Amino acid sequence: MFRNRGRRLATVIVSLGTVAALTACGAKTADSAAAPAGGGAVVDTSGASVKIGLLNSLSGTMAISEVTVRDAIQLAVEEINAAGGVLGKQLTPVSEDGASDWPTFAEKAQKLISQDKVAAVFGCWTSSSRKAVKPVFEKNKALLFYPVQYEGLEQSPYIFYTGATTNQQIVPALDYLKSAGKTSVYLVGSDYVFPRTANKIIKAYAAANGMKVLGEDYAPLGSTEFSTIVNKVKASGASAVFNTLNGDSNVAFFKEYKSSGLTAESMPVVSVSIAEEEVKSIGTQYLAGQLTAWNYYQTTEGAANDKFVKAYKAKYGADKPTSDPMEAAYTSVYLWKAMAEKAGSFEIEKVKAAASAGGITYEAPEGLVTVDGATQHVFKTARIGKIGSDGLIEEVWNSGEPVKPDPYLKSYSWATGLS
Amino acid sequence: MSPRVRALAGFGITAVLLFAVAPLLLGDFRLGLLAKYLCFAIVAVGIGLAWGRGGMLALGQGVFFGLGGYAMAMHLKLADAGPGNLPDFMTLYGQLDALPWWWVPFQNPIFALLATVLLPMTVALLLGLLIFRRRVRGAYFAILSQALAAAFAILLIGQQGTTGGTNGLTDIRGFFGYDLNDPVNRRMIYFIVAVALLAMLGITWQLMRSRYGELLVAVRDGEERVRFLGYDPANVKLVAYVVAAGMAGLAGALFVPAVGIISPALIGVVPSIEFVIGVAVGGRASLAGPALGAIAVAWAKTALSERVPSAWTYFEGLLFVLPIVFLPGGIASLVSLVRRRRAAAPPPAVDQRPPLVREGAA
Repeated sequence: MFRNRGRRLATVIVSLGTVAALTACGAKTADSAAAPAGGGAVVDTSGASVKIGLLNSLSGTMAISEVTVRDAIQLAVEEINAAGGVLGKQLTPVSEDGASDWPTFAEKAQKLISQDKVAAVFGCWTSSSRKAVKPVFEKNKALLFYPVQYEGLEQSPYIFYTGATTNQQIVPALDYLKSAGKTSVYLVGSDYVFPRTANKIIKAYAAANGMKVLGEDYAPLGSTEFSTIVNKVKASGASAVFNTLNGDSNVAFFKEYKSSGLTAESMPVVSVSIAEEEVKSIGTQYLAGQLTAWNYYQTTEGAANDKFVKAYKAKYGADKPTSDPMEAAYTSVYLWKAMAEKAGSFEIEKVKAAASAGGITYEAPEGLVTVDGATQHVFKTARIGKIGSDGLIEEVWNSGEPVKPDPYLKSYSWATGLS
Repeated sequence: MSPRVRALAGFGITAVLLFAVAPLLLGDFRLGLLAKYLCFAIVAVGIGLAWGRGGMLALGQGVFFGLGGYAMAMHLKLADAGPGNLPDFMTLYGQLDALPWWWVPFQNPIFALLATVLLPMTVALLLGLLIFRRRVRGAYFAILSQALAAAFAILLIGQQGTTGGTNGLTDIRGFFGYDLNDPVNRRMIYFIVAVALLAMLGITWQLMRSRYGELLVAVRDGEERVRFLGYDPANVKLVAYVVAAGMAGLAGALFVPAVGIISPALIGVVPSIEFVIGVAVGGRASLAGPALGAIAVAWAKTALSERVPSAWTYFEGLLFVLPIVFLPGGIASLVSLVRRRRAAAPPPAVDQRPPLVREGAA
C-alpha cells in the first residue's frame, strides 16, 4: 500500500516538474545577443515626486562607514527638494539595508529597480558589494552611482563612479612618496579585493620607479592581531608603509605601531582607507602626523565646502566630521541632477546619453568636478593630507588640477601588464 | 494508516502551494526571492535529519553549501566565458594565462553537476569517518564543523586570482544555455528548486520512517546502548551527515542560478549558524519544521529589512529568541500542542522528545 502511494507521489512530482519546465522554456543565451530580454528598467514618473534608491549597509561591519554616506546623500536630497527638486519633481528617497552582505545588496538593488521603479540608486561601499550589484544594474539597465574610491579595472555602462580610481589616489600617493625621497615601502592590507589589487599596482609602479617593496602582508578583515606584522615592518627598515587596512584593524595596527616605537617621522604610514570619521574612532594620539591620500578633506578650502560642512553639521551634529566618501556621495546626487536636467528626462538611456555627451560639471565641496563621458568616472584632484592632533586632516600636497580618470591605467607604461 | 495519508496530503498541499499558488500570486521579483528561500529550506531539511534526528549539531553546513555552489558557479562562469576563454575575474585579479588545473574538469557540464552533490558528500564522508570513528560528539563536533566553515571561507578569500576572493563568483549570465536575464527562465529555475525541495523532503521522509530512521533516533538518544546492541553508531551517524551534506551541496548549486552569486559571505560561520537557526525556529525533529523554519526566517529577514531598514536586526534577533524560549519544539510543535490542549489531556510529564519523534515520523 505504502509503496504504491510513494510511487504515485513520485510520479506526480516528476510530471509536475516536467510540465513546469516544458512550459517555462525561455530565451537561450545565444538569442539574447540579438534581442535583449526586457526593455530595461522603467522609471516611475507618474506622481508629483520621483523615487531614488539609497543602498547602504545600515547593519553589519560596514554600517559605521556606510551610514555616513547615506546621511550625506539624504542631505543632498533635502537641499535639492528645498530648491525645487529635479525637473519640477520632488525626490523621494527609498532607503534599503545591504547589511554588509553581498547577496543582500543584489537582492535589494533588484527590489529598488523592479518594485520601487527608482530613477537612480546611490550607494555601495565595498568592491564586493559593487561586484554583486553590477550584473543586476546591467541586466535591468538601471543606474548606480558609486561614491567610494576603489581599485579600478572596471567600467560598467550602468555605473557612475564618483569616487577616485587608482590613478587619482594611489598613483599620486606614490608620486608624493617618491618626491619626498622615500625609496622603499612595506605593504600592509586587509585580505580582500581592494588591497590585493592596489598592491599589485604599487608593485608595478615601484618596479618601474626604482622603489623597493620590502614586504607585503595581509590580515583577515576584522583582524586585531598585528604584533607579527608590525615586527616585520620594523625589521624591514622600509622608508614608508603603504596601508590598505580596513575598519577596526587600523585601531590595532596603529596601537601596535606606536608601541613598537615607530613614528610618523621615522617611518610614515600612508593610508588610503582612513578618513576623518575613522581618525575619530582610532584616536588621534596614534595617528597624529601620519599621511592619508584622498580627494577631499573637511578642511579643503572653498565656498562650496564651507556650505557643505555647515549644512552637514547643522543637520547631524557639530561633532560629526565630513569625509571623502561622504562628499563623493553628496556630489553624486547633484551630478545625477545635472544629467537629468540636461537630458530633460528621467529616462535612464537619455540620462546616460547626456553624460556621455560630456560637459556635466558641478561645483563640489572638493572643487569643480567633471564627469568623463567615456569612462563614467569623474575628474578629481588628488590630495595628500597629514593627520593633525585635532583629528582633522590638513592638506600637504595636491595634484594642482583635476586628474583625468584612467580606471585601466592605460596611459601609464609601467601598468601595461596589469589589465 | 492515518499518518501516511496525512503525510501524503501534506506533500500534495505543498506541491499545489509551490507549483500553482505561489507562481500565480507572486511577481517575478518575489518568486525569485522564494526560490532563494527554498534553497535555504533544502539545507534545512538536511540539518533537520542530522541534528534533529541524529543529534549532530552541524554548525558548518556552509562548507557543503559552498562546495556545491562553487562547483556549479565554476561551470557556469566557464560556460559564460566561452570555450578557450578565462572567466573575467581571473584576468583582472589573477593575471593568469591558463586555467588552473582544478578548474579544468568543471568545463564538463556532467562532471560539474555530479560534483555539486558528490563533492560535498565525499568531503563529509572523509570528515565523518575521522570524526565519528573517534567518537567526537556534542559541542566538540559543533565546534569542529564551525572551524571548518571558517577555514574554508578564509581559504577562498586568500585565493583571489582563482576563486574571486571576497567578491566570490558573480555575474552569472547563463544556465546550461538558457539566459538567466529572461524572466521565463528565472521562473523555470524556481520550478526546478521547488521540485528539488519536494524530492529532498520525500527522501528524508523515507529515511525517517525506515528502520534506519529508528536507529538514527536511537543513536541520538542512547549511543552506548545502540553500540551494545551490536550496531556501529559511527556508520549510522555517517549516513545522516553525508546525506545532509549532499542536500546542502544541491541547495548551493541551485542557489547560484537562482540568485546569481556565490561568495565566501555565504559559507562562513555566520551563514552556517543562520541555517541552523531556521531549523531551530521551525522545529528540528520534524520533517516539515526545518524547511518551514528556514523559509520563515529568510522571509522575515527580507520583510523586516524592507520595512525598517535601520532597526530590523533587532527584530530578527527577537524572532530567534522568542520561539526558542517559549516554543522549544519549534513552529512544528504548535500542531501537537494545540491538539494536546484540545484533547484536554495533561501534557506528558517527562520531556518533549518522545512525542516529537513520533509526530515527526508520521
